[in-house]
Amino acid sequence: MEFTAGELDALRLSFSVASRSVLLSLPVATLIAWLLVRGRFRGRFALDALVHLPLVLPPVVVGYLLLVIFGRRGPVGGWLHEHFGIQLAFTTAGAALATAVMSFPLMVRAIRLSLEAVDRGLEDAARTLGAGPLDRFVSITLPLMLPGILAGAVTAFAASLGEFGAVITFVSNIPGETRTLPLALYTAIQTPDGDAAAARIAVLSLVLGFGGLALAEGLARYVRRTLGQA
Amino acid sequence: MIHVDVALRRGDFALEARFEAPGAGVVALFGRSGCGKTTLVNLIGGLLRADAGRIAIGGEVLLDTAAGRDVPPERRELGYVFQDARLFPHLTVRGNLDYGRRRARSRRQAVAFDDVIELLALAPLLGRRPYTLSGGERQRVALGRALLAQPRALLLDEPLASLDAARREEVLPYLEALRTRLALPMIYVSHAFDEVLRLATHLVVMDHGRVVAQGPLADVSLDPALTAIIGTGATGAVLDARVLEHDAASGLARIRVGRDAELRVRADAAAPGAPLRVQILARDVIVSVHPPQGLSVRNALAGRIESLAAQADATCSALIDIGDARLVAHLTREAVDDLALRPGSAVWALVKSVSLRSHPFPDPAPRPVPA
Repeated sequence: MEFTAGELDALRLSFSVASRSVLLSLPVATLIAWLLVRGRFRGRFALDALVHLPLVLPPVVVGYLLLVIFGRRGPVGGWLHEHFGIQLAFTTAGAALATAVMSFPLMVRAIRLSLEAVDRGLEDAARTLGAGPLDRFVSITLPLMLPGILAGAVTAFAASLGEFGAVITFVSNIPGETRTLPLALYTAIQTPDGDAAAARIAVLSLVLGFGGLALAEGLARYVRRTLGQA
Repeated sequence: MIHVDVALRRGDFALEARFEAPGAGVVALFGRSGCGKTTLVNLIGGLLRADAGRIAIGGEVLLDTAAGRDVPPERRELGYVFQDARLFPHLTVRGNLDYGRRRARSRRQAVAFDDVIELLALAPLLGRRPYTLSGGERQRVALGRALLAQPRALLLDEPLASLDAARREEVLPYLEALRTRLALPMIYVSHAFDEVLRLATHLVVMDHGRVVAQGPLADVSLDPALTAIIGTGATGAVLDARVLEHDAASGLARIRVGRDAELRVRADAAAPGAPLRVQILARDVIVSVHPPQGLSVRNALAGRIESLAAQADATCSALIDIGDARLVAHLTREAVDDLALRPGSAVWALVKSVSLRSHPFPDPAPRPVPA
């Protein structure tokens, strides 16, 4: 099977967008998960609801809201462009932001579950051994959350590869810039005689999906084994 | 010195505990389940916050609510051994041992790595992961981890409670070795009196969130507050003795208790002068007002009745002074009346050698001079 330059571009772009999206959301998701599990503050419920919003909203609505907020004339987008020259709408970075927002609830859920499963007694033990708050988090809590963080990252990565609605609404469908695999597939279907191209892209997506799942399972097994949870 | 005086209220549970103990040896916090001993040790360790109170160990004030001082647990420098070991599952045994060692704040290097490895026989375990260890091995690693953090004292919260009888016997000698070889005060929480007998030098008895008796084990062993918890059947004088002579042929050792009283006990070969701890259960003591003759009993201790306390069940406990040491005898009231026993009566306390329990009890290591 021969792939065209445009298809390979879409593959590369999908990887780039999904990787950036996961790297961007991982630390934020960890912080939010920590706040939701351990935090005792007013508005925790509101934060929880806000985080889960992309899960229940149509992706197109999320894309539209992003456009309103992060567009060139939006309150945040305008400010970013004015002070840092950063443009998000219609760029690869914007695509990463859109997929990050869409996959954020999945990631927070996975990390949150793993944090809830961490035995507070182990943190107490670390405390009596002289570890301060940040030290405890880095040396005990974070490693014990690792299975959940990995699961969250892989799920979010897979979801980012496939995100369509929010991406096309926020950053449009620009070849080489924002045309990821699902957008390329959509374009191929819209094009006369694009059937073969669509099939090739579908195969690529399948292979990526299976590869991701296998990688996730392998990592999870390795971590479980080292923690003695197998 | 260990000085603890704390109060805590959580819903229906109120704890008001005060005790003082010497800064060396093993202080046992003893009481039934739910009496607040774990809460108390958590307050000492700082894992729980006291409503009010003061805690000082070895001259260092760790908590003084009146002065607004509350040292967080990570800076209290108290080694804590939990009932469930709490080894870090993502680290090897060596990683666990290094965890506290790397974070040790004080420059006092009381215990060296190699000594701990040797004392607790950890060398074969170093590369293993916690989940591959047996319960007894886990507690040994937990002990080593706490020791290597160079603590000013060790807190042990029922470290043997989650182990079966065989594993307990496997770990106890290590705890005895720590008491003997390290000059480190230990606070040992337990609801098993046999552990207390094996390990404790000082006893704090708790009931319903309060300290009901405290002092050197030999003194508290006769306290009614202790009897109320362990029952009259398990009550008995605990005496610290010295071996005078061991006769390999009979398997008996002649030991001295108090000023000049002598007992014969079954004991493994022991050198003259070796310290031994004996427990004489109150129900095993026979009281005679005449010098015994023609009896199989090996031990007859001359003494004087110090006091008589009537018990609820038609019985009486008699405290007998045998010269710098005291026994307690559990008698029927009828016997007390027949023998016309009263405080001051001269008596002989008869104890069968086979009913005596003894075990070596080396003196705790002397406290080092603070740097």
